[in-house]
Amino acid sequence: MLIRLARQSLWNRRGTALMTLLSLVISIALLLGIDHLRLEAKRSFTSTVSGTDLIVGARSGQLNLLLYSVFRLGNATNNISWQHYQQIKQHPQVKWSIPLALGDSHRGFRVIGTTDDYFRFFRYGQQQQLEFASGQAFADVYQTVLGAAVADKLGYQLGEQIILSHGVGAVSFSQHKDQPFTVVGILAPTGTPVDQSVHVSLAGIEAIHRGWQGGAPAFGKQPKLSDTELAALQPKVITGFMLGLKSKVATFALQRQINEFKAEPLTAILPGAALAELWQMLSMVENLLLLVTLLVLIAALIGMMTTLLAAMKERQREMAILRAVGARPWQLFWLIELEVLCLTLLSIAGALATLTAALWLAQPLLSSQYGLVISIWPWHAHTGTLLAALTGISLVLGAIPSYLTYRQSVAQGLVVRL
Amino acid sequence: MLSKPNFPALELKNFHFQWPGQQAFTLDIPAVSLAVGQHLFIRGASGSGKTTLLNLLCGIHTLTKGEILIGGQQFQPLSGAKRDAMRARNIGVVFQQLNLISYLSVLDNVLLAAEFAGKALPEAKTRAKSLLTALGMSETLWHKPAQQLSVGQQQRVAIARALLNEPALLIADEPTSALDADNRDAFIRLLLSEADRCATTVIFVSHDAQLAGFFGVMLQMDNLAAGVVLTNITANTPTNTTTNTLSASTGESATC
Repeated sequence: MLIRLARQSLWNRRGTALMTLLSLVISIALLLGIDHLRLEAKRSFTSTVSGTDLIVGARSGQLNLLLYSVFRLGNATNNISWQHYQQIKQHPQVKWSIPLALGDSHRGFRVIGTTDDYFRFFRYGQQQQLEFASGQAFADVYQTVLGAAVADKLGYQLGEQIILSHGVGAVSFSQHKDQPFTVVGILAPTGTPVDQSVHVSLAGIEAIHRGWQGGAPAFGKQPKLSDTELAALQPKVITGFMLGLKSKVATFALQRQINEFKAEPLTAILPGAALAELWQMLSMVENLLLLVTLLVLIAALIGMMTTLLAAMKERQREMAILRAVGARPWQLFWLIELEVLCLTLLSIAGALATLTAALWLAQPLLSSQYGLVISIWPWHAHTGTLLAALTGISLVLGAIPSYLTYRQSVAQGLVVRL
Repeated sequence: MLSKPNFPALELKNFHFQWPGQQAFTLDIPAVSLAVGQHLFIRGASGSGKTTLLNLLCGIHTLTKGEILIGGQQFQPLSGAKRDAMRARNIGVVFQQLNLISYLSVLDNVLLAAEFAGKALPEAKTRAKSLLTALGMSETLWHKPAQQLSVGQQQRVAIARALLNEPALLIADEPTSALDADNRDAFIRLLLSEADRCATTVIFVSHDAQLAGFFGVMLQMDNLAAGVVLTNITANTPTNTTTNTLSASTGESATC
């Protein structure tokens, strides 16, 4: 009966109740949303690369190396000579290697020069292999394989010809116009930076830079090469490479050897450790965000309490009537608390619905723009506890107007002084 | 209904009240006994302690000393929760105005009394409907929100609620102050006749001495200090009796 009274009383004050509800829905949705994005981003982030034991680049910090080799962010500090790459590749512990030559782009998407080992050995998520949505790996110099997001966003089909630009900006003034590449494969979406990449062979990278010096095109026309000459092109330098080892135990030893490589200053990193370090840096921001959200939520709860307190005056009469028909003071206490509970549960339901709808709408955008694949149902193992705690806090805050109502009803009796 | 013919509807014994820590105001009533069906008019100007007496009779405030018995049952001293339960079952209250919870329908307002008294709803509903009909509230009004009624209609619904549980006492606090003279008299007659049908004793509080004529006995707040408790209105002579010997004139086997 108290529940029915609480419900009808709330309905009677639906104007203010709706406003309170709205502010609670927004702040709860914000809290759950940020929590969800944080966890999903972490999942997506840490699954960008797996199965790779070492990533090697020119000497630099491990975060820099991780960012440009895995996340296609920033630039390499220096290159690695092809010769030394070959030397390390021959190490008895190395099972496979994927060379990476970066520095070009296509309409804002990074170009990666590599070999078809990339499609065979690269793993992401739970040891998942790259798959082709259509076509196959490049077999010729002027062929390219596109990441899912690249093909999707630029609307490319198999057989289309694309032109690569020098540098990594979205707009480039020096384009490799004379040497277009043909799309021969499109990868299936992975939710990792692979989706944002344009893959070509090392020979292709070499071919478009032939005769270049100091990062500028050569003067005059370069003599055309025959197909066999083209295929034989070997890069002089690459940007970095990924290594898979025969035995995990050898990882540290090899890392040490590479870091102490005499002929060239190199850095080898463990992707897992580097990802963890990077994530830790980001989690500071994330925790701050969570804190702000929590404060917003508390503000909303205090807002609810204020509304209830403000309503107390006009509800004195209602309380006196209930007392007259035999309501105990604690029943009035619970009447108010039930209203708080009602508002909180409605807000939680509203927030979950709003958030799910928002994620459903935002999902295509997030996956195409940022390569983030996020589940639309914002529920994690601890979400239940979080919401229970939230309900608890709102009941504790609601106890203030409830208690005041209780006290008022005891002190004032049946006659309301208006 | 607790009141049995052998027991008075209301008994006050050595009734004494003062606010904790305050000496200025005291309320003393040596002894009052109201028979079943006997109606009491309490007259007092504002500030005379009417409100306090009312809250004491309803069991909201606690007596400093003395006893209140309703239908022979101890009401004060008693724990707060038990008093609330007793009030739900044995006392009906009608306020000056705004008796109804505005967002509930007429019928739900009446049924509130049964719900807090823990009575079975289907029976209460039947009874509520017959009471409302007897009080001249047509069926079309039953499901209207209380705030759409006129003041007179609201007061009639309040009577229905106050009488729903066939209480021993009906306490009315200036219930006619918002009504004009014609409506006022009609309202009091209706209230008393319905109360008589339920063998309910009405305690009617007002500042308006003109209304005294409707009631059997009167208690003047101003006279309490002088030791005068009840005045027999028909005789219209102040009696300094501590044991009131008025017998019940109505109430025998009155059903409703």
